Amino acid sequence: MSGYQGKKNIPRITSDRLLIKGAKIVNDDQSFHADIYMEDGVIKQIGDNLIVPGGVKTIDAHGMMLIPGGIDVHTRFQMPDRGMTAADDFYQGTRAALAGGTTMIIDHVVPEPGVSLIAAFNQWREWADHKSCCDYSLHVDITEWHKGMQEEVEALVKDHGVNSFLVYLAYKDVFQLTDSQMYEVFSVIRDLGAIAQVHAENGDIIAEEQKRILGLGITGPEGHVLSRPEEVEAEAANRAVTVANQTNCPLYITKVMSKSAADVIAQARKKGTVVYGEPISASLGTDGTHYWSKNWAKAAAYVTSPPLSPDPTTPDYLNSLLACGDLQVTGSAHCTFNTSQRAVGKDNFTFIPEGTNGTEERMSLIWDKCVVTGKMDESQFVAVTSTNAAKIFNLYPRKGRIAVGSDADLVLWDPDVTKIISAKNHHLAVEYNIFEGIEVRGAPVVVISQGKIVLEDGNLHTTEGSGRYITRKPFADYVYKRIKARSKLAELRGVPRGLYDGPVCEVTVTPKVMTPVTSGKASPTKTAPQPVRNLHQSGFSLSGAQIDDNLPRRNTQRIVAPPGGRANITSLG
Amino acid sequence: MAENKRVLERDDDLPVYLARPGTADPVPRQIYGGLFCNVEGAYESKTIDFDALSVGQRRSPRNTNREETKHPNNDRNFPSPDSGCEQTGLPVPAHPAPVLVDLLSHAALKDINADLGPPDRSERLLIKGGRIVNDDQSFYADIYMEDGVIKQIGDNLIVPGGVKTIEANGKMVIPGGIDIHTHFQMPYRGMTTVDDFSQGTKAALAGGTTMIVDHVIPEPGSSLMEAFERWHEWADEKACCDYSLHVDITHWNDSVKQEVESLIKEKGVNSFQVYMAYKDLYQMSNSELYEIFTFLGEHGGIAQVHAENGEIIAEEQARMLEMGITGPEGHVLSRPEELEAEAVFRAVTVASQTNCPLYVTRVMSKSAADIISQARKKGNVVFGEPITASLGTDGTHYWSKNWAKAASFVTSPPLSPDPTTPDYLSTLLASGDLSVTGSAHCTFSVAQKAIGKDDFTQIPEGVNGVEERMSIIWDKAVATGKMDENMFVAVTSTNAAKILNLYPRKGRIAVGSDSDLVIWDTDAIRTITAKTHHSVAEYNVFEGMELRGAPLLVICQGKVVLEDGNLHVTSGTGHFIPCSPFPDYAYKRIKARKQLATLKAVPRGMYDGPVSEFSPMPRGGTPSASTRNSPTKVPVRNLHQSGFTLAGPEEAPIRPAGRRSVVPPGGHSNITSLS
Repeated sequence: MSGYQGKKNIPRITSDRLLIKGAKIVNDDQSFHADIYMEDGVIKQIGDNLIVPGGVKTIDAHGMMLIPGGIDVHTRFQMPDRGMTAADDFYQGTRAALAGGTTMIIDHVVPEPGVSLIAAFNQWREWADHKSCCDYSLHVDITEWHKGMQEEVEALVKDHGVNSFLVYLAYKDVFQLTDSQMYEVFSVIRDLGAIAQVHAENGDIIAEEQKRILGLGITGPEGHVLSRPEEVEAEAANRAVTVANQTNCPLYITKVMSKSAADVIAQARKKGTVVYGEPISASLGTDGTHYWSKNWAKAAAYVTSPPLSPDPTTPDYLNSLLACGDLQVTGSAHCTFNTSQRAVGKDNFTFIPEGTNGTEERMSLIWDKCVVTGKMDESQFVAVTSTNAAKIFNLYPRKGRIAVGSDADLVLWDPDVTKIISAKNHHLAVEYNIFEGIEVRGAPVVVISQGKIVLEDGNLHTTEGSGRYITRKPFADYVYKRIKARSKLAELRGVPRGLYDGPVCEVTVTPKVMTPVTSGKASPTKTAPQPVRNLHQSGFSLSGAQIDDNLPRRNTQRIVAPPGGRANITSLG
Repeated sequence: MAENKRVLERDDDLPVYLARPGTADPVPRQIYGGLFCNVEGAYESKTIDFDALSVGQRRSPRNTNREETKHPNNDRNFPSPDSGCEQTGLPVPAHPAPVLVDLLSHAALKDINADLGPPDRSERLLIKGGRIVNDDQSFYADIYMEDGVIKQIGDNLIVPGGVKTIEANGKMVIPGGIDIHTHFQMPYRGMTTVDDFSQGTKAALAGGTTMIVDHVIPEPGSSLMEAFERWHEWADEKACCDYSLHVDITHWNDSVKQEVESLIKEKGVNSFQVYMAYKDLYQMSNSELYEIFTFLGEHGGIAQVHAENGEIIAEEQARMLEMGITGPEGHVLSRPEELEAEAVFRAVTVASQTNCPLYVTRVMSKSAADIISQARKKGNVVFGEPITASLGTDGTHYWSKNWAKAASFVTSPPLSPDPTTPDYLSTLLASGDLSVTGSAHCTFSVAQKAIGKDDFTQIPEGVNGVEERMSIIWDKAVATGKMDENMFVAVTSTNAAKILNLYPRKGRIAVGSDSDLVIWDTDAIRTITAKTHHSVAEYNVFEGMELRGAPLLVICQGKVVLEDGNLHVTSGTGHFIPCSPFPDYAYKRIKARKQLATLKAVPRGMYDGPVSEFSPMPRGGTPSASTRNSPTKVPVRNLHQSGFTLAGPEEAPIRPAGRRSVVPPGGHSNITSLS
């Protein structure tokens, strides 16, 4: 558990010892009352009447719940977009995360197409190491695909502790990959034991719709949601599931924003596909009706992709699926831009930088929408905010669980506190909060990150740069146990047959007029003129002579094999 | 006698339009075959075209010019106004007041016709005692037809003497089948499928199908119009029954667009197929699909798709070959049914986005069928076409040790190796989730299939089925009690006619409809075998299957073509039937939705706050694979920092905390939701 070696050792006060007394410890499988003692950022003892050194700081937590710190699996702090940078950098962002009870974030590295994945990864590492206040890890987005990429992906998995890669099915001509590329990426990822993440929207259709919507004279933020109807999201999710099934690769769909996409995931899971769905704070907490706000700046603040669904029952639906386990993890997709940055798209919604806030509000929103309403219990709450994420990304049980040996990332949760979310008092650098005015029950009282108290009495005590990069190993059990079993089963065999030695028709050399295709990358099949040219009319006769081989005439034909007979099926399943 | 008849005719016909409704007339309501059955003329309004034609110009390819024939020997010849109504290629403007004139002259000329016309012309037939089965009802009545058109339906019909009479003895009379998907005489890599239009339509007639719709497949890059003309010519030369044509769009650009438009407007094609498979050959990208569907939606065409994800197939094929699987089993292994379902899902999405009716050809698997029925439940206008092979057999044969046999089953999407698939598909067909049936008849000889003996990707694709289609559906669906005879008529004929906009001329037994009829013997049992089938292919994928239900007698264009098991057909007698755009069956809903789906922008004051600088290149985007560039995220350059201040002063400070939002949270939103 403690074998990690942070690249940069944080100067640590050795007497970083904490005792929490009387709390109800909540894990994803059970809850129990116990005291907990931690030292050097690791939980050392759990139980009653612990023997601890003197002078230890003690927190009395009677009547409150102690839960594993939240893991926000999807953030985009400090993300560059066309020369601008997302308003919340790693410092601001992780502070907000800690304020909301999240003690670890996983950020997305978005390499510009043409830039090496490793270079981009190092860039992000540098930014985060300098600024992050809590532990973090990184997903890497694959924004283009060619032969050389495979080695980089391999290097990232083996040397840099990355086990998840995102591909985009949207953003045509920028990030979007074709189906073939997706297939290849998934195959590579599967072999390396990583997880394929997908931004699921059909970029081709969106591009056409955007054209149409702009043509209708709709330039405001409502055009954003009109040009990205939820069907388009469901379609891409369905396609990604198909490719993942085909390649036997675990799939993780980021930003589940609509009912239909969630349904696709739920159905696929019922059929046995290894697929995970990640709704985000925004899709769980608000809806897309605000795109029609008369206030441009407000409407623009909701712009994200896939867009929030204009159907106001969506958040409730997604919360239900989260509660029943059809969706597993929650992120925030926190990616904030100032109004002036958004205003780049004031005359054309396609230019509005995309992203919403949510890292700070995530835990409270889910508590309020799911636990308070009785959809899920506190253990399931821990599962969807922390444990499942840790399992999927192979951080478990170091993160996502309160156990001896786990990291001392803990949150003392008060289920009864209510607060009103507002841009006035949030910890972000942006003017708008998309959850403005929502009253939520449940909030962190004390947050402990790396064994230190970072939130107490409403005050944040964070240290810029104290966050460690957490490496993640490939082949997470939670994900790959099934995949491994299946790849053993799914062996295909050819049917041993005698050689066909009957007549063979002549074929013209060029099968069809081949138009040079749009796809730059040539596929191996059907493009090459078919290799079967040695048409010696009657070659070998190894197999027993078959009566039906010679005569092409019918009526005198007899079929050798009995109809419907003798078939051995090696079905894939 | 003549006078009597005349009176009778009037009494029968006139009141339907003029007198009857609502009157307490003591005259018994003239019903033909039952309380709720056809009233003669009840369908006249639907067949108004034919009536209109009959009085106005008569330009019938089947009959000689009326003017010529009528004047020389008026008394002998029978070109009654009705007679010319059929087989006219182009729709003729409706005649102002056709009905009365029609009826009068009809009655008058009947008398003249009473004495015989020359036997070669007088294609007059009377079917007595049959049970007429349409898609909505069944009833007992006699049918009298003349010149390839049904003239009268009812009891105790007054018909000219010497008419050939067929005793149906209570057997079912159904509208002739329409096979909506064939590939006769299809050129493929310099070869041609073994069943040409003559052989193919012969097989069709033998199975009770009296109209086929073939697919025109232009080589990518070549003209659609030329290909259409070529197919038209082939079929005109050889077809033994009426036919129509789908045109496949194998590439897409502006000139193709124009060709499609003129095919719709001038040539009578209303359905176009696009391929989502066959990467680098026929396959269309999503954007192209979107454009094509949009275009078809605007012009009243039906978008057909061959639904399979070609890109993944290409990858899978490469993988199979790498693993050393080269036999026909590789074909099905490289095309798992999920890929079919995925493509169907995508096509449905694009179609619903573009508000275009969708028609999925060759539904071969459960999952694809499920997607279609789900989409229909959500209200999408989508039709699914299972084919004879998918309804009658399964994909276990791909593992046959006999290469030639295994190869004969190769078609795309492949037959599902799941042996419960045929049953599942026929259930969905019975429930109406799948709408029509075709055969996708496309046969290659064993020698032709053997091109792919060392590499399954080279095996020419296609199975037989045009002859077996009706019997298989009867046996699998009607004999098992899944559907009734009316539904049988719907899925084999009527629905197809509706989609093609040929209804009620085809697909229905009604006065004015074409006399394409089949007397169906529900008790016949026959065994399918390549020894006796009418296709040229050496293999029959249904070999050995015993099927209940077979055509006893087939009437095509008013002529008996199958009788006592003997086919009497003439190549080249088939006519091209033009299909007009905007079929009601598909487009009524589409049109209504079009009117609803207007999008409105939100009127807002201009944003006049600060605007960030941003770099011109969007995220350093490299020019990507797609050749067509999208208009998105690229070229807005006019970044004047603080432009106008027309709108009222709206506060937009950049500082957080202390900021108030102008609009109350969650407030003031007017939703113009689409769907």
